[in-house]
Amino acid sequence: MEFPPINEVIRWQDLFTSFNKIALISTLALLIASILMFIASRRDPLQPPRGIRNLVESTVSFVENIVLQGMGRDGLPWTPFILALFIFIYLCNLPGILPIFQMPATARMAIPFGLAIMVWVTFLAVGMKHQGPLGYFKGIAFPPGVPKPIYVILTPIELISTILVRPFSLAIRLFANMLAGHLLLVTFALLCEALFQAETMKFMLVPLGVLPLFMLIFLTAFEVLVGFLQAYIFAILTSVYIGQAMHPEH
Amino acid sequence: MEALAHLAAAAQELNADDQKTANAAIGAGFAYGLAAIGPGIGIGYVVGKAIEAMARQPESAGTVRTTMFLGIAFTEALALIGFVVFILLGL
Repeated sequence: MEFPPINEVIRWQDLFTSFNKIALISTLALLIASILMFIASRRDPLQPPRGIRNLVESTVSFVENIVLQGMGRDGLPWTPFILALFIFIYLCNLPGILPIFQMPATARMAIPFGLAIMVWVTFLAVGMKHQGPLGYFKGIAFPPGVPKPIYVILTPIELISTILVRPFSLAIRLFANMLAGHLLLVTFALLCEALFQAETMKFMLVPLGVLPLFMLIFLTAFEVLVGFLQAYIFAILTSVYIGQAMHPEH
Repeated sequence: MEALAHLAAAAQELNADDQKTANAAIGAGFAYGLAAIGPGIGIGYVVGKAIEAMARQPESAGTVRTTMFLGIAFTEALALIGFVVFILLGL
């Protein structure tokens, strides 16, 4: 059994110049989300919600709850931003388990990193707008209610962790979770194939192939959960970061 | 003994490049294994305490669950950085 090189696992042939399957999946995610939202918005709001409108309304209220927990009532205008992030990430994660696609678009660094940079710029800008540029950085560097000598250690740690580490940890959390799930699925699928096609000791090895098959089914179910959880965590962390920038600590 | 002799002969045939690959593979394995220890303990603590809190006050389960996911996300980041290093070194 030969494990395919990493480039083969996470990269396909280009469909046409500089447009590969990752780009296809993310474009599809964008289109599907927009079309669902559009159809739902055309339904009569006075009727009881059914079908697509019901689905979209429950998603929106779910995201509203995230925003309420992260930012409080005055953060509600941010709901469309968080909603767009949540739906896009979820629809990019989902193809990891869908047949034919079998690859989460977020398992390449470009998409998580782009989203994380967007969130980073947003929360810095919100902080500077609400507290003034100087006030915002002072609030980060000198959190109130700490004895004076501690600032020697605390200030660099706070500055680095708030400004430098946040976008990286956001991006790496999403990317590594999805890539780890994808590699696990690839590993067990290969193991299955190798055992079912064993050439020596067939009487023993072929029945053993059922074990990785069960593991594969279990992991696929697990990936459904992980894909949702990562989108949820990305949304909730974004709302917490923006909420912290809006409401300085006292 | 014969097997050992074979191993020794094989080791001598390794050139510098093979040696480098072998070291990288060993390093990658250790990087992921060691990086998983701390976050494993940490996530266990977070979830255990969250379950304790939910059992004591079932009415605050929603808030506790959200905070628990936040805590897990922060703790897990370290293990994931270990995983990224594993990929960078090993593949």
